[in-house]
Amino acid sequence: MKSALLGTLLEAQRSGRSVVLATRLSDGAQELLRIGPAGAREPRSMEGVSADQVYAALRAEEARVAETADGPVLLRPYTVPRRLLVVGAVHIAQVLARTSPEVGLPATIIDPRAGFATRERFPAAELVRAWPDEALERIELDDRCAVVVLAHDPRIDDPALTAALGSDAFYIGALGGRRTRRQRRERLVEAGFGPEAVARIHSPVGLPIGARTPAEIAFSILAQIIDGIRNPGASPLAR
Amino acid sequence: MAPSDGGHTSADPVLEQAAGWLRDGRRVALATVTRTWGSAPRRAGSHMAVADGGDFTGSVSGGCVESAVIHAAMEVIESGDPQRLKFGVTNEMAWEVGLACGGEVEIYVEAVR
Repeated sequence: MKSALLGTLLEAQRSGRSVVLATRLSDGAQELLRIGPAGAREPRSMEGVSADQVYAALRAEEARVAETADGPVLLRPYTVPRRLLVVGAVHIAQVLARTSPEVGLPATIIDPRAGFATRERFPAAELVRAWPDEALERIELDDRCAVVVLAHDPRIDDPALTAALGSDAFYIGALGGRRTRRQRRERLVEAGFGPEAVARIHSPVGLPIGARTPAEIAFSILAQIIDGIRNPGASPLAR
Repeated sequence: MAPSDGGHTSADPVLEQAAGWLRDGRRVALATVTRTWGSAPRRAGSHMAVADGGDFTGSVSGGCVESAVIHAAMEVIESGDPQRLKFGVTNEMAWEVGLACGGEVEIYVEAVR
């Protein structure tokens, strides 16, 4: 790899652009493919790799080898990192903020209340002391975002869920017991969300592993998010 | 406490380290898992960067083939020619190196310069 290519690759990642690096393993020829809104294109400098193969590797977030007449070509996608938006700077959020970067989900903690989203409580996370509707609008939620709502206060939780349901967030979870969930569902339906929209919300939040402590609940949430990423539409846990 | 999108746009830490070593004037090789079979611990695309002197970051297995890959990386740094390595239970090399998981892994090692 030429160091200039490495620089271009790092720059693409820093600026939030998805790219695929094609490497012909027989001779080391390389080409960096930018993925735009129009999709992918095939490598210009190597025969036998289709734009569809490039795009498929990106969509699956998985490096793949394409066999060509000139030998195997490795297609290695570099996707925009996912992120975790946590609404409610509570105890569970503190554990999430510490652990979620380890699984590729750096956390942003959102809470409008004084004393909650503080640097003392969250030494490393990105902190936003604002109402969630305002904060999530600035953040521009997209399909790389997971939103977890933990404030346990409808004045904070509802605007967060409204913003999340209006976005392509790949995961939405909300804390709440049976009564909270029922009342919240009623409010969201009243606000105009259909049953399929409300069904996007994972609640009770987290995998049902009997989690009791804040840390256990945080791990059950991360496990549920990972399950959704790794087993889209076909969780082995659904059996 | 203004929000930023800083957390959204970080680059691969292994590649960052490789670039950092290059900036420091060191010679670098990059190993990438190209294919796996069976229960290999690291997915295709996983990177390990190796600097002259043997410093490394990242991983291409659960730790069982790293030293063999570092050895290959030293050769690649010297020669400039990429190498393709394969480790697995049926492979004599792997018997020595020991891929205990029973999987197989193919690794591409290239110089970065």
